[in-house]
Amino acid sequence: MLSTVRIAAIFAAITAVAATSTAAFAQKKYDTGASDTEIKVGNIMPYSGPASAYGVIGKTEEAYFKMINDQGGINGRKVNFVSYDDAYSPPKAVEQVRKLVESDEVLVVFNPLGTPSNTAIQKYLNSKKIPQLFVATGATKWNDPKNFPWTIGWQPSYQSEAQIYAKWLMKEKPDAKIAILYQNDDFGKDYLKGTKDGFGAKASSSIIMEESYEVSEPSIDGHIVKIKAANPDVLLIYTTPKFGAQTIKKTAELGWKPLQIITNVSISVGSVMQPAGFDNAQGVLSAAYAKDGSDPQWASDPGMKKWNAFLDKYMPGVDKTDNGVVYGYGAAQTLAKVLEMCGDDLTRANVMKQAASLKDFAPDTMLPGVKINTSATDFAPIAQLQMQRFKGQKWELFGEIISGDIPSE
Amino acid sequence: MSAAEEIVTEAPAVEAVPKRAMTLGYGTSLVVLAALILIPLFVKNFIIFQMTMLLIYALAVMALNILTGGSGQFSLGQSAFYAVGAYTSAILMEHAGMNYALTLPIAGIVCFGFGFLFGQPALRLSGVYLALATFALATAMPQLLKLGYFEHWTGGVQGLVVTKPDAPFGLPLSQDMWLYYFTLAVSIAIYVASVNLLRSRSGRAFMAIRDNEIAASAMGVDVALYKTLAFGVSAGITGVAGGLGAIAVQFVAPDGYTIQLAISLFLGMVVGGVGWLPGSIVGSAFIIFVPNIAEGISKGLSGAVFGVLLFLVIFLVPHGARQVAIVAQQLAAKLKKN
Repeated sequence: MLSTVRIAAIFAAITAVAATSTAAFAQKKYDTGASDTEIKVGNIMPYSGPASAYGVIGKTEEAYFKMINDQGGINGRKVNFVSYDDAYSPPKAVEQVRKLVESDEVLVVFNPLGTPSNTAIQKYLNSKKIPQLFVATGATKWNDPKNFPWTIGWQPSYQSEAQIYAKWLMKEKPDAKIAILYQNDDFGKDYLKGTKDGFGAKASSSIIMEESYEVSEPSIDGHIVKIKAANPDVLLIYTTPKFGAQTIKKTAELGWKPLQIITNVSISVGSVMQPAGFDNAQGVLSAAYAKDGSDPQWASDPGMKKWNAFLDKYMPGVDKTDNGVVYGYGAAQTLAKVLEMCGDDLTRANVMKQAASLKDFAPDTMLPGVKINTSATDFAPIAQLQMQRFKGQKWELFGEIISGDIPSE
Repeated sequence: MSAAEEIVTEAPAVEAVPKRAMTLGYGTSLVVLAALILIPLFVKNFIIFQMTMLLIYALAVMALNILTGGSGQFSLGQSAFYAVGAYTSAILMEHAGMNYALTLPIAGIVCFGFGFLFGQPALRLSGVYLALATFALATAMPQLLKLGYFEHWTGGVQGLVVTKPDAPFGLPLSQDMWLYYFTLAVSIAIYVASVNLLRSRSGRAFMAIRDNEIAASAMGVDVALYKTLAFGVSAGITGVAGGLGAIAVQFVAPDGYTIQLAISLFLGMVVGGVGWLPGSIVGSAFIIFVPNIAEGISKGLSGAVFGVLLFLVIFLVPHGARQVAIVAQQLAAKLKKN
């Protein structure tokens, strides 16, 4: 009897202590990786290997958080950005992400790059309930909050961009004969699918040719000659930058003038349009969501001025025509915003909740009018694009901002 | 000088290793085994995962070692066999719902067949030409896996996600730890079998071919058969390693099995010591951990730092871990004397 009373008393005491302690710390809640002084953010990037050109994104993000820390951090906490090389290899990605989670004990994994690497780590992170925030790939499958509540995308999906082109063509050139040149991988095939979905029942009659190339081919001139022989009047160029420049150049050399639409991935003025030749690139169409760092029309834009000042101070000598620098800045700014919204509740669940509660957020590098919106059922942060036409030495935006949201499968 | 004489006087491509020097002594083996069994009990799951990968790559390196160190043939196409093994296991597990342990022998048999068949045309080639032919196989493999015909099975460019097995019989082990001990058991079985293979009649035939093909055939060794057999065995073991790799990583995709992997395995073999089977685990450690060290030194120049480290190893210990082991053995003997 005595012992029962004693147990009850101890139990009551514990409850009381627990109650007061939760009251005292209600303001501050932390999961592994966050503390009063630090927030640990993990990242993997292909610094080496076949996709090492994207490594600049990781370097930009690292520099961005250095700037944030120099300015006093986020809500008084410094961001500790830990970034590892996965060499664009899925097994390496799994190893590095596990190292981030189990050895470095990061709060979130942010902006891991590449569809294969992200697919490899998605199941692991979701089972451990660790946010896989703002993945750096345009595949459509990241917008799937029902099955993967801990994974969220960032950039517009390739399929939604392709649908925008298809819808624009159906409206402006309903009788066009269309040829598609695409890269034979997940990137190219996503565009192909989006285009066909966009055309719907008209796909088989409108698309007269689908030509694919391998990313390992040195030149794609042969494919262009083959496409010209079929005589289409619209050429959709779903390629990475190097091949985009080659395509525009080769069509001009052949004296062929189809209407050309090039993917958002390959719209850099400095690394695509200039090498292709400005004369050859006149009239090429595309869609964009971010400003181009090498485009003079943004020289006096307040957002891009901040971007320029950041680069001059934290990444001196970096190639400003590289789209990765614009990309990394925008993604890092989005994460900084989310962490700021979290306040003192730095639990993984709250980070995910805040990432899914962005309302009309516009990073410095976005086109005017493009805003980031997310919700519990919408895990596709950037869903807006605007059509643009290349004129002179820069892109001219036209039409209105189009929302290309497509539902998850 | 006739052509035949020229071949005879030509130095063998791979230095002859006496077969007794191919293994470790009993005492050392037991110490290594005890370390491999005990370490996982004291470390984090992440380290266990890394050790699992260490064993898996060690198996793949050892398979190449049997081919090159045993029969004297080069291969830069091991990543292709690794990929076939990985996909065989993944497809059987995810599409046919088969138990993961049963998929491994099947992966091994499929790869043995594949390697044996590939060995047939490769018979006509030797030295660098064979290396180039296998190189072609390694470059072709990721593209073959992306082909539309197989997409229903392989998942195309998106790859396949594999479910990680739980420990059976309700054993109180985490998934990682169970998979580690499972991998360790498979590795030991294959290691023992390989050592016995090299000590057997077939092993002697491999080595005779490596040291001098003409002399081997004069002694009655069926050169063609044993050369293709070596390819088959090597491919089969690599396939089992690939299957284990798929289960450990829980994902297969064409981008995981590029020529980069084949070169890594080749590197592991050279660093571990060509023809010295226990060196495979050292070589495997080199290809897993040294890139991480290089990255720690400089992120932007990780490739260059890795190159420098590799250069140092090759320059200081050209025979790899075997050389280090011999030096250590001599030192130990000296200490005993004193």
